[in-house]
Amino acid sequence: MKVLVEKHPLAIRWFHWVNFPVLSLMIWSGLWIYWANDVYRLGWGSTTLLKFFPDSFNQALGLSHKLGQGMSWHFVLMWVFFINGLLYVLYTIFSGEWRYLLPTRHSFKEAIQVTLYDLGIRKEHPPVRKFNGAQQLAYTSVVGMGLGSVLTGLAIYKPTQFAWLTGLLGGYEWARAEHFLLTIGYVLFFMVHIAQVVRAGWNNFRAMVAGFELEEVTPTTHEVVAGPTSLPAADASL
Amino acid sequence: MNEENQLPSPASPVPPQAEADAAQADALRGAAQRSRRAFLVTGALGAAGFFGWRWLANAPAVDGIAAPLRKVLDFNARLTNAYYKNTRLAPEFAKSRAQKIRFNGAVGLGAEFDPLAWRLHVQGYGPAAVPQQFSIAQLKALPRTEMTTEFKCVEGWSTIVSWAGVRLSDFLARYPLATRSGRPIADPSQPPPDAARYVGMQTPDRAYYVGLEMESALHPQTLLCYELNGEPLSLQHGAPLRLVTPLKYGIKQIKRIGTLVFTDERPADFWAERGYDWHAGH
Repeated sequence: MKVLVEKHPLAIRWFHWVNFPVLSLMIWSGLWIYWANDVYRLGWGSTTLLKFFPDSFNQALGLSHKLGQGMSWHFVLMWVFFINGLLYVLYTIFSGEWRYLLPTRHSFKEAIQVTLYDLGIRKEHPPVRKFNGAQQLAYTSVVGMGLGSVLTGLAIYKPTQFAWLTGLLGGYEWARAEHFLLTIGYVLFFMVHIAQVVRAGWNNFRAMVAGFELEEVTPTTHEVVAGPTSLPAADASL
Repeated sequence: MNEENQLPSPASPVPPQAEADAAQADALRGAAQRSRRAFLVTGALGAAGFFGWRWLANAPAVDGIAAPLRKVLDFNARLTNAYYKNTRLAPEFAKSRAQKIRFNGAVGLGAEFDPLAWRLHVQGYGPAAVPQQFSIAQLKALPRTEMTTEFKCVEGWSTIVSWAGVRLSDFLARYPLATRSGRPIADPSQPPPDAARYVGMQTPDRAYYVGLEMESALHPQTLLCYELNGEPLSLQHGAPLRLVTPLKYGIKQIKRIGTLVFTDERPADFWAERGYDWHAGH
């Protein structure tokens, strides 16, 4: 029989859904800023495999001549991004949610199993939990990336008053490149995330909106037979 | 825990299928209800967020930026100024690392200009002030400061360049121009309370103009500069005198300074009037 099982606390759903449009607008305004000095590319010597960004990309998205606007949006929304991220981290610490999210010593191995399974190479289904090893690594790294964006951002926003930070990051130009690279990282994260959400299906997606999942349990014992258990990751043995 | 609960008791047998079905139907109904409510609330909040964003984006502009955004930029500037200390320096580099710097921006550098006739005009500050003029020779007679710093353009590029000139703080320590009492500013890290709050600068044709807070103007790396990479400034780069400060983007480092103004009102700023942050620095 199916029962309703709580999955994502309201606070986490809020942080998640506030972050989505805010990070999108941060990237958007960031593209307006980047356009004014679009020097990055993939390649070596005079060979360029991929220019960031091709003119067609700039044209399609209308990115040109918006540096001033881009900077003003960026330096307003940075507060929302930073405060939302900070509250999220504090919430996971004080609510104990970190237990599900932080990778354990098993996470790497499990992440490989999950990836092989998702690619159809491995047949055996990895253990089902609230967040598997791959998710723990991904969701923890992305918080680290958020911190990285704040720090590299501060290093290029106030490079004299935070000269120690800018220096630590390899100097002004490196800090700018790192800030850009992290943004590419979010885009890659987003693409994998969306693919996985689509794969995981409605029950999983609804949990990020409504908070619960419907799960199949044995009527007598209420033991979950399908769907994630609520066991903290740290307690699960592999 | 008593014995009764541990042992299966005949009074509470395994729930019959009907009960399980009823429980499941309950769960499904509850799920549908919660789900509907959650999606409606999320949708409403999303719409509110969207209209909030539209409101922000379409709010009346102040100097090219929606007024609420401008307010936050000014808040950021106050925070930046509160954190500011003029003992924190921009990194300096070996002179050998200096590069040629690109020419970017010609506003205020019109052809009708005679460098030999040039004087730095200083508008007086305070009740007893009179306008004054300085020749390049007078400025070069003041202590010379050299520095090799990274020039940062608001566009995002940067270049390491060597500069030489006189610190604005040395200029104000020698000439009493920026205080109400008419005394020079002896200690740039602690300007007297009667010092002007801002410095405004204009090109001789008044086509380009910038403003700085006094704290930035008194920073030890803020120069009235007359040499670039070991040579006298070229006209393109602002001869005979330009502002150089690693605290601010290039848009603030005005070339060909014609007039200095000390004031308590935030001076007009060319790019701040065109959608950029007035502070643009530190």
